[in-house]
Parts: sequence; structure tokens; C-alpha cells
Amino acid sequence: MKRIVTATVINQSGVLNRITGLMTKRQFNIESITVGHTEKEGVSKMTFVVNVDDNAKIEQLIKQLNKQIDVLKVTDITDQAIVVRELALIKVISNAQIRSEISGIIEPFRASIIDVSRESITVQVTGNSDKIEAILDLLRPYGIKEMVRTGITAFPRGSQKSVTDLKQYSILN
Amino acid sequence: MRAKAKPEAEAVTAEMTGADVLIHSLKKENVEVLFGYPGGAVLPIYDALYRSPIKHILSKHEQGSIHAAEGYARVSGKPGVVIATSGPGATNLVTGITDAMMDSLPLVIFTGQVASTVIGTDAFQEADIMGITAPITKHNYQVRDVQDLPRIIKEAFHIATTGRPGPVLVDIPKDVANKTISPDYDSTIHLPGYQPTFSPNILQIKKLADAVGSAKKPVILAGAGVLHANAGKELVAFSEKHRIPVINTLLGLGSYPGNHPLFLGMGGMHGTYTANMALYECDLLISIGARFDDRLTGNLDHFAIHATVAHIDVDPAEIGKNVPTQIPIVSDAREALKKLLEIESPLPDTEDWRKKLTQNSEDFPLWKKSSATEFLPQRVVELVHEYTKGDAIITTDVGQHQMWAAQYYAFADANRWVTSGGLGTMGFGFPSAIGAQLAFPEQTVVSLTGDGGFQMTLQELSTLQELNLPVKVVIMNNQTLGMVRQWQEAFYEERYSQSLIPVQPDFVKLGEAYGIQSFKVTNEEEAKAVFEEAFSHRDPVLIDCRVSGKENVYPMIAPGKGLHQMIGVKP
Ligand SMILES: Cc1ncc(C[n+]2csc(CCOP(=O)(O)OP(=O)(O)O)c2C)c(N)n1
Ligand SMILES: [Mg+2]
Repeated sequence: MKRIVTATVINQSGVLNRITGLMTKRQFNIESITVGHTEKEGVSKMTFVVNVDDNAKIEQLIKQLNKQIDVLKVTDITDQAIVVRELALIKVISNAQIRSEISGIIEPFRASIIDVSRESITVQVTGNSDKIEAILDLLRPYGIKEMVRTGITAFPRGSQKSVTDLKQYSILN
Repeated sequence: MRAKAKPEAEAVTAEMTGADVLIHSLKKENVEVLFGYPGGAVLPIYDALYRSPIKHILSKHEQGSIHAAEGYARVSGKPGVVIATSGPGATNLVTGITDAMMDSLPLVIFTGQVASTVIGTDAFQEADIMGITAPITKHNYQVRDVQDLPRIIKEAFHIATTGRPGPVLVDIPKDVANKTISPDYDSTIHLPGYQPTFSPNILQIKKLADAVGSAKKPVILAGAGVLHANAGKELVAFSEKHRIPVINTLLGLGSYPGNHPLFLGMGGMHGTYTANMALYECDLLISIGARFDDRLTGNLDHFAIHATVAHIDVDPAEIGKNVPTQIPIVSDAREALKKLLEIESPLPDTEDWRKKLTQNSEDFPLWKKSSATEFLPQRVVELVHEYTKGDAIITTDVGQHQMWAAQYYAFADANRWVTSGGLGTMGFGFPSAIGAQLAFPEQTVVSLTGDGGFQMTLQELSTLQELNLPVKVVIMNNQTLGMVRQWQEAFYEERYSQSLIPVQPDFVKLGEAYGIQSFKVTNEEEAKAVFEEAFSHRDPVLIDCRVSGKENVYPMIAPGKGLHQMIGVKP
């Protein structure tokens, strides 16, 4: 099963190395990692998407991460009300004729075209992973020349109540 | 030993180099001995050391330094401090650092590094020791700014010695060691991400006390965590109060008196039948400071399958890692035991259980051949026990002799047993004896070692010669890599691939080359005579014991088998 785990870490050189190293050592399957600064100076946040077989394994991961001296806090936020975002850049094969067709497809995703050349356009889309999967499905028939995803970053919503079922609304939440 | 002519370092001068700051900080941490080896990147540190009264033990290989530091830490509970130069000096420490990590030994290791300006350029003797040691240290630091040095050293000692102990490495670029500053020794530890739990949750203690009250077949598994927490007395009190039998892990030996009527012996691959059957049949397993290593549990499908499992450990990550645990208690072992002793709880009726276990011990005791002609390796351990009155510090290497030492020495007291458990590092035994002897100069220290493993670090004979410490090196020489040979006999149809070593150095001449009195004994009578003499004086001795090369360690749980499937339980 897929779990989203965040770790707040002290921004020391080597902390990323220690963390990815321990994941390799303990055979955790990492799907994505993102790291970046937070509102606190010297503190960074890492977001992992990991694939685990059972709860014991995810518990072990959280404990092992917590053992690292430079790790301040580790949370499995999968089952919380969270905001999750990932950015993807997708270079789609497209001549002038189908450009507007693609434009129409991506519009409901609130994606944008950020680069155009004679035989391709580059689409930027932001959202949760399902949304990115969905737009990729729609664009694939046109031919995807190149694609990169940042991996997700996430945190709990400001209010934990009444929004928990928001996820099911649509891929656009 | 300190040279009298050296001028004392100034306590705190206004301006001093990073290297002087380091040495001064070590004094503040009450470090009495350093284990190390010099080289280019640590020249400034060795120069500062030249001005300092701190004792430095010069090994003959950095692996010798770090295993000695481990032996020192294991018996004294104090951190072992190591210095090595950059590059090859640092990489020579890697095995020892990993060993200390696996066996939770507090070490603080200082490595030199090339100058900051050339880090990352593949400079002469540059190695990425931060990257190399990330997975094998509790924490590591590279000092970028010399002003941080006093704080980093404080933090390093704090991290190494608190919570679950472990090795911490501090990498110091040469220019940082050379730089002159006015140090701020008042800078405080700042570790917001490190707050090890010390005291147990009382609700969990209560839950365990209740489980104890209703247990019919309880058993305690005591590991090295009991030794680290200095909880031996409390463990004896708790087990006696509730009449609960006790099993030791390999590393936990000595945490419970080996001659106590409630003691069932060591558990695991070469543990006693009684201990392993108790782990198999128990209805309540109380594990204290033990981490359910696979050599202890055997096949997990058969481990403590009928039991409620309670696990007391300072390291929360050990709880539930290998064995599902119903009563997790994150705590220092001593604190948890103290709370358990305070709490009012019904005493369990364990009489039938204990009777059954006693019967097991009578029916299936440890056994060895009785032979009038062969010199049996197990007898060497028994004789060492006899001639040291069971009160020596015993260090071992890895292999058959290690298991026989664990089985036959019957440690009565804590911190007399030094062995490489988690990593199983050949070459550990002899240098660790030097470190243990430095921690306790008055104690009898015996390096019980194999003919194979001894040759991995025997260069430290020169260190022993220089220090003239009374370490007694007892080589249990079976002219084979015995443990490998045993597995090849049992599982590879006696194809003894690279495990028989008929060609050996003359160990007596070798010892004598280092100025150490050396003897060869080929039977019990000779051994008795030499031991009598060797253990009566304060000089180092080497004894090459030519024991039978065909003995196997029994009983045994074969790999993949469960606790109840021991082989070789009877002659
Ligand atoms: C550094 C290292 N290399 C290899 C091994 C594998 N190994 C385990 S026991 C053993 C044999 C040890 O032989 P010896 O030191 O003579 O001890 P004995 O088993 O004969 O008592 C070997 C090779 C090891 N544990 N450590
Ligand atoms: Mg041997």
C-alpha cells in the first residue's frame, strides 16, 4: 500500500544522505521524495511516498526516521485530511492544427501551456497524483515526448473536520 | 604514558588552535585515554596532543585502535575515544564502527579530513567518510567552522553515551584544526531532534505487572541493555520476587549471575536446550534490552508462539521490529525494573514451570566428549575459568571458541564479557582485550581467541609489548577456521573448502619476537602447568593451545529451523 510520510528535519548537510541511506538499507520502496525549506529558518520538510506491505513496516520506517538525530518530527499523513500537490511538465507532440484541441483537453485541469515549438507543446499541471495520472492518460494518444514529475509535497489541511471526504469530489480538488 | 618533559597545555588561553580546543574539550569530557594512529591530516591534533597529558595508545593498525576502544567501552561503560587520519586511516576504522553500531557501544571517533578548500577534489588521502559512515554511526559531524567545535564535541559525547549507546564520528578538516580562535566552551548542546526516553509509561508497566501476575510460564530474556543500564541488581530482585527464570542473549551474558538457580543459560543458535525450549513454550516473554537477533530467535515462525510478548528497550525502533509485541515499554532497563519492583502485583505461580525447566536442564545439560587422549577445546575454557576463579574479563574473537566461551565460562558478574555479537567480527578479540585491560589495570584479562581470528589483528602484540599489560592471550588453536569447518561438515557434505589451515606460524616464536613469554600446550597436563604459572604474575603471556580440530559446537539450531528443533542436544 502507498503511504505518504512527512519528516521535518534540521537543515544539516548530510541529513538527506542519512535518510535515503537508511531507506535503502532497510529496503523501503520509495516512490518519490521531495525536500524544501519551511516557514522556519534552518528547518526543511521532506515528503515521501513509500510502498509498504503492512502497517508494521510503516511503523518501523517512522521509528527509524525518528531515530535520526536531525529529524524533528515524522508523520504518516495518509489518513489525515491533507492538501497534496505535485507538479508535472509534459512535452506533447503537437503541430499547429491540434494545439487548440490539446488546449481544450487540459483546460478543465487548470493546466497551462508554458512552451510552444513547431512540433511540440509543454504542459504544466499541478495537483494530486490522480489528477496528473488523468491528464497523462488523456495526452498519451498524442504522443508524449518527455515528462517529469516533481513528486508530491503535502501537509494537513487547516481544518481537519468536514473536509475529509473532499478527496472523492473530483480529480480537481 | 605521559612524558614528564612535556609542558602542560594551558587550560584556556585566549587564542588557541582548533586542535587545542579538541584536546581541551576531551579533558572536559574526562577522557583518560585515546586510541589512535597519526597521519597527515591529524598532524595538528597530534601536535596538540604532544602538549597534553592525556594518555594515547598507539596501535599498529587503526582496526586495532577501534577494537581496543570498544573493549574499553564495553567493560567500563565509558565512551571509547579514537583518532585516525583522513582517507586510509578513517576507512581502516569502518569495521570497528559497524561493530560498535551493531553492539551499541559508545564511541567517539575523530577523523582528520583534507583541508576544506580541497574537499571534493579527490585530494591526497581524501575519503568521503561522512558518506561512508552515515549508515554505521548513530550520528556523524563534519566540522565546517572551528567555532562549532566545543559544541559538536559535547553533542558527540552526549549522543554516544545516552539513549541506546553507539558510535559518533567527528570529521575535522586540517585547516579547521589549524585555525586559531578564542573558543566558547559555554556553548550548549542543541539537539531538538534527540530526546531519548528514559522512564517508562506507568500504564504499560501496570499492564506488564498484571500479565506477570497471571502468567503460568513466564520467562525473562535479558540482553546487553541490562548491562548498559547497570540494571543487574534490579533484574535479580525482580526475577527472584516473582520466581521467573532468566535467559541471557550472547551479549547479555553476565547481566544475570551464571550460577543462579533461576538462570537457564544462553538462548539461541548455540544456547542451552532448556533456554530455547523455555523461549518456545513460555506464555509470557519479558525481553529486557535485547533485540531479537535472528541468531537468538531462530525461525521466527516458531519463536515464542504461545507467548504474550513484553519488550523493554530504550530504542523504540527495536520494539515490534522482528517480533510482534503486545506490551511495548520504551525505557531504560533499570528504570523499568525499578518501577516493576515498586508496583503492587500478584505473584505468579511458576512452580510447575520451574520444575519442568529444571527437569530439562537435568535431562539435556550442555555436553562434551570425555576423552583421555584428545585435548578438547571446551576444557580450555573450563581450565581458564578454574585458574581465574571465574572472575576474569574474557574477550573472544568469533567462531567456535567464542561459543564455547559463552557456554562454559558461567559469568558470575557483569561487564566481564567482551565479544562481537551483532557483526561477528573476526579480529575483534585480541585488541579488545588490550582496551579492557586499560580500563581495569588490576583485573585479569584473557583474550580467548581462535587461530584464524588472532591472525587478523595479531600486529597488536607489539602494542601489548610496549604497554606491558598483563593480558593473557589464549589461542584455542584447532588449526582450522572451526566454525566454517563445522558448517561445511553439517551442510556441505564435508567439503572443507578453504577452512583447514595446517600451515601456521610458530605462535610461540611469534610471541617471543614481540618479547612476550609464549608457550605451546598440547594436553591438559601441560595446560594446567602453564596456566598455573601464567595467571600468577602480571606479565603478558601467549599460550598456543593445540586442541582437537574435529570438535563441533552443540547443541545447535540449524539455519531456518525453530527453537524446538535443536540438534546435538545429547552425545
Ligand atoms: C572478518 C571476518 N571474516 C570472516 C568471518 C567468517 N567466519 C566466522 S567464524 C570463522 C572461523 C574462525 O576461525 P578461528 O578464528 O580459528 O576460530 P574457531 O572457529 O576455529 O574457533 C570465519 C572465517 C568473520 N566472522 N569475520
Ligand atoms: Mg580455529
